[in-house]
Amino acid sequence: MINAVYQLVAPRMIEVAYKEIDLTAGEVVMRPYKVSVCKADQRYYQGMRSPEALKAKLPMALTHECVAQVVYDPTGTYSVGDFVVPVPNTPTETDSVVAENYLRSSYFRSSGYDGFLQDFITAAPDRVVKLPSDMNMNVASFTELISVSVHAISRFDKIAHSRRNKIGIWGDGNVGYITALVMHYLYPETELYIFGTVEEKLSYFSFAKAAYHVDHVPEGISVDHAFECVGGGGCQPAINQIIDLINPEGTISLMGVSENNVGINTRMVLEKGLRLFGSSRSGVEDFAKAVELCSEHPRLVNYLDNLVGDVVRVESIPDIHRAFDLDYHRSFGKTVIDWAK
Amino acid sequence: MVFAIVLAGGKGSRMGNTDMPKQFMKLGSKPILVHTVEKFFVNSRFEKVIVPTHKSWVEHARNLITKNLGDTDKVVVIDGGETRNDTIMNAIAYIEVNYGLDDDTIVVTHDSVRPFVTHRIIDENIDFAAKYGACDTMVPAADTIVESCDGEAITSIPIRDHMYQGQTPQSFKAKRLKEIFESLTDEEKNILTDACKMYVLKGEHVHVLKGEVFNIKITYPFDMKVAQSLIGAAEDLEG
Repeated sequence: MINAVYQLVAPRMIEVAYKEIDLTAGEVVMRPYKVSVCKADQRYYQGMRSPEALKAKLPMALTHECVAQVVYDPTGTYSVGDFVVPVPNTPTETDSVVAENYLRSSYFRSSGYDGFLQDFITAAPDRVVKLPSDMNMNVASFTELISVSVHAISRFDKIAHSRRNKIGIWGDGNVGYITALVMHYLYPETELYIFGTVEEKLSYFSFAKAAYHVDHVPEGISVDHAFECVGGGGCQPAINQIIDLINPEGTISLMGVSENNVGINTRMVLEKGLRLFGSSRSGVEDFAKAVELCSEHPRLVNYLDNLVGDVVRVESIPDIHRAFDLDYHRSFGKTVIDWAK
Repeated sequence: MVFAIVLAGGKGSRMGNTDMPKQFMKLGSKPILVHTVEKFFVNSRFEKVIVPTHKSWVEHARNLITKNLGDTDKVVVIDGGETRNDTIMNAIAYIEVNYGLDDDTIVVTHDSVRPFVTHRIIDENIDFAAKYGACDTMVPAADTIVESCDGEAITSIPIRDHMYQGQTPQSFKAKRLKEIFESLTDEEKNILTDACKMYVLKGEHVHVLKGEVFNIKITYPFDMKVAQSLIGAAEDLEG
């Protein structure tokens, strides 16, 4: 079967390519239903990656967050019409120690491999997670992003010491909001302190103990552990503020992506005996846990629904451009594409 | 019930060195016909995918389907007819015998040599045939359309914004399509090679839906080269 794949060939230029799908390959064939735009996609789309990265990774179809509907499954694992979330990370080997999303041999959709802007998506049955039929599908479209927070918190749970009375989350954007929410539902007893730069965005964190502007943190505030969800140029001041405010032997989970190297106050890292660990992407278990969390906590889904911004029906390539342009001018929340191409 | 009719009645061509019908020629890793049938095969809204084929190629078509899709009863290859409309009527007769015809029976008819058809186009064909009774897939004409009745002088140049190029699928409520076809005289049947045109001449509404420029019909060797290069280009990009 010939599949139409909508590839970014150069910044802000999308063309259709045609690739064969082998229906006998034992893979689930799905149709994208709702697709969510990620900042990483936006960096490719706007040409904000290095010329070397663009040359190496393009052309490729963007997006790695979506809900899809099963149209054909020769393995019988799923029923036609099932709503599912395809996992963008695809390992090519198994490792008993290293998680699938850290294996250098794994490939990731919309990072050198085609993402979900296609007529059909295919994936092995074990790379697909089924959704409950009553799920809020706009929220489900960014399950991948929720799974990234779930993954970071699972790593925190393994690495951090047991005193978890106060946790700080730096970053008032989507990742900060979702990480704080997941934390709130997994550790309801823990006090969450949010640190950001935009008062309007900070006001969304009503479930947290307190939300502070980074320039106006009251005296005496400290946290046992911290998550850095800032990324970009804001990484450096954020990490250094965490180092200042965190209690000794705390852990700092680094989640923000920066194109540049980041200078951090290692003297205080050493003096306080801090542990900094990276967390990136997620694996199929994190997806399953994200779906489970959303099923168990309808209120969590209500909070996440606040993130749904523009919902753009895409019937043409110009509609894809419109969705990315709307997303680019959005400071908070997610742009969801209703895929009708 | 919804049925796909993938029209594969073409008998032969000079696409290659032999007279093999073009729908059986290979595009990428599979025959064109298989690529096209697969688009309908994976769409769960279809009860059956009917492939009317010239009788001398029926066994060959069956072999190709079985080899590529395994033993499936969702696809059936039947004898086609002399003309395009005869072929569609043969498929409708098959439906009538095996399932019966009622007001909700929909047929989505498609050229077997248009393998680039998309899921959206197929779904909208089903939806619009159910809603309007008949629909046709088309794209705005890119070239200026010029009419010349004698091939020597221009008779008229219609306004380009009003001109479209017809593609397939064309979809219908099967019972009404049969009624209209049966109401035609033999002379009319010879002239009306396009099923939608029958509707238009009878004053019935045919809804227009948007096709895709790439939903090309592989008719000439040039088209085959275009199709091969589209697939080939994609393969190159994989690397």
